[in-house]
Amino acid sequence: MKRRGEQSMVPKAEFTSYYGRPVVKEPVWQAPEVPGYLFLGGLAGASSVLAAGAQVRACPDLARGAKVGAVAAISLSAAALIADLGRPERFLNMLRVFKPTSPMSVGSWLLAAYGPAAGAAAMSAVTGILPAAGTAATAAAAALGCGVSTYTAALICDTAVPAWHNGYREMPYLFAGSAASAAGGLGLLAAPCAQAGPARRLAVLGAAAEITSAQLLTRRIGMTAEPYRTGTAGLMFHASEVATACALGVAFIGRRHRAATALAGATLLAASATTRLAIFGAGRVSARDPKYTIVPQRERRTQRSAAQADVHSARQ
Amino acid sequence: MSVDAAGLTGVIRAEPAGAVDPAALAGYAEHPPRMGFFTDTSVCIGCKACEVACKEWNAVPEDGLLLTGMSYDNTQGLGASTWRHVAFIEQPGSAGEPGATGRGDAGDLRWLMSSDVCKHCTEAACLDVCPTGALIRTEFGTVVVQEDVCNGCGYCVSACPYGVIDKRRDDGRAWKCTLCYDRLGSGLEPACAKACPTDSIQFGPVDELRERAALRVTELHNAGTPQARLYGADPADGIGGAGAFFLLLDEPETYGLPPDPVVTTRDLPRIWRHVGLAAAMLAAGGVAACFGGRA
Repeated sequence: MKRRGEQSMVPKAEFTSYYGRPVVKEPVWQAPEVPGYLFLGGLAGASSVLAAGAQVRACPDLARGAKVGAVAAISLSAAALIADLGRPERFLNMLRVFKPTSPMSVGSWLLAAYGPAAGAAAMSAVTGILPAAGTAATAAAAALGCGVSTYTAALICDTAVPAWHNGYREMPYLFAGSAASAAGGLGLLAAPCAQAGPARRLAVLGAAAEITSAQLLTRRIGMTAEPYRTGTAGLMFHASEVATACALGVAFIGRRHRAATALAGATLLAASATTRLAIFGAGRVSARDPKYTIVPQRERRTQRSAAQADVHSARQ
Repeated sequence: MSVDAAGLTGVIRAEPAGAVDPAALAGYAEHPPRMGFFTDTSVCIGCKACEVACKEWNAVPEDGLLLTGMSYDNTQGLGASTWRHVAFIEQPGSAGEPGATGRGDAGDLRWLMSSDVCKHCTEAACLDVCPTGALIRTEFGTVVVQEDVCNGCGYCVSACPYGVIDKRRDDGRAWKCTLCYDRLGSGLEPACAKACPTDSIQFGPVDELRERAALRVTELHNAGTPQARLYGADPADGIGGAGAFFLLLDEPETYGLPPDPVVTTRDLPRIWRHVGLAAAMLAAGGVAACFGGRA
């Protein structure tokens, strides 16, 4: 964070643009639909993981809560995705082809497999019918859920949006962490105190992964990290980290109190949603301002020319 | 469901100059030569005949009539309903610079004009990321949106490194230059090239255009314009070379073009690897959380 009067160590980026107009298009994806989709997909997938673990660990209330939460989240997430389409009535065209070069295609197929599994797992848990099939569905939902929670990082990083693309090495871990922290939060809301241990620990592990990845990301990507640190997105990112830390504190200190545990859970959910909104917003800012596209590309080109010149002079 | 072969071609690396044939990679056994544009901005006079011809031929709707204050450019940029865009760079300049008015006084300006268009990349990000297969590679090696398939997901918009393709707000679908696919099918040249009065926009087989462009650069260098350079003509660049490339008289960013675009899909194998590791990490976290302590 730069304070008033402090000299910046990095010289102000000099660059030319065409009347300050953006080079790449700002994403046409809308908020809250698409950040909501990222958050809910993460929540659903990680909840299925938690549900499977809780079932094996004999925490039936936690498992049931996580299963119901997962199916609710994935339904809302699919609705958000369809609502964002320019032609919602054509959403089934997503399953017209399978393209590994398109994370959205991979994700659509993943959701098409995961949704029914999560639904069957929840249905069996709530009604008590077909327990064996319910267990199989729980296992399938957990396995697919790991992909559902993380593929969305590929979705946003496989773009020309500077703040997203440049962060591709850390974003999947950040998303996995944020998803785990949200699922932990949902578990804390849903389970009685006696069964909340796994949810609390998942939230801690998730928050640690999320905060560490965010730190690594913003340190590595140079000037394209600016949108993550400044403006509305920067504030939201910071607020989310503080809220997560506070929620974890409350979750441990108040672990014998139902209300305190539920408050911590709700806060974790809100923090994870805020993180996704912040990442989404930072991407938009980085696309809107041409410097985030032009300056890093110029640097790359200059370095490459210098390297080529070195090879050339070494040959002579 | 079918595996879209056209969508898989993007990850194939560009080979040495001229070796990549995008139509063949997309599965066309027999096909016409790759067709494209060479836009020589050194002879562009900013008449916007290309913009008008494109709108008229393709029945592209009106998308705003306003005065921007950006020299003569009220079009602003490529978009869903602007498939040719003439950029006007009107700046203080000095005699000897390309486009200089050359009176030799303090009021000297330089005038650069350039007609921008979809690059019809060899490795096209829009085509790679399209989840429905609406974006296809044609037999001419160009990239076209099938409007009856596009569901308006908007992924192509964020993937394009040039900010070309966009979603039409009232219509919900993504649109861009088709290189006049209908005219090509009938043996005609695209409307913009046909209308260009100075041959700034040249249409033809990409191989021929590249040779012609290289000669033109040499000619301009010999004529005392060392600033002349090709943009998008190198098959070894970040998009495997453009089907529509340019001769520019200044840095690409002066014209609103990215200086070193790289198709995002080149990093996708690494992105998927990180996603796989993150998914495994989440599974491990779930196990640790459930079995690493008291209930």
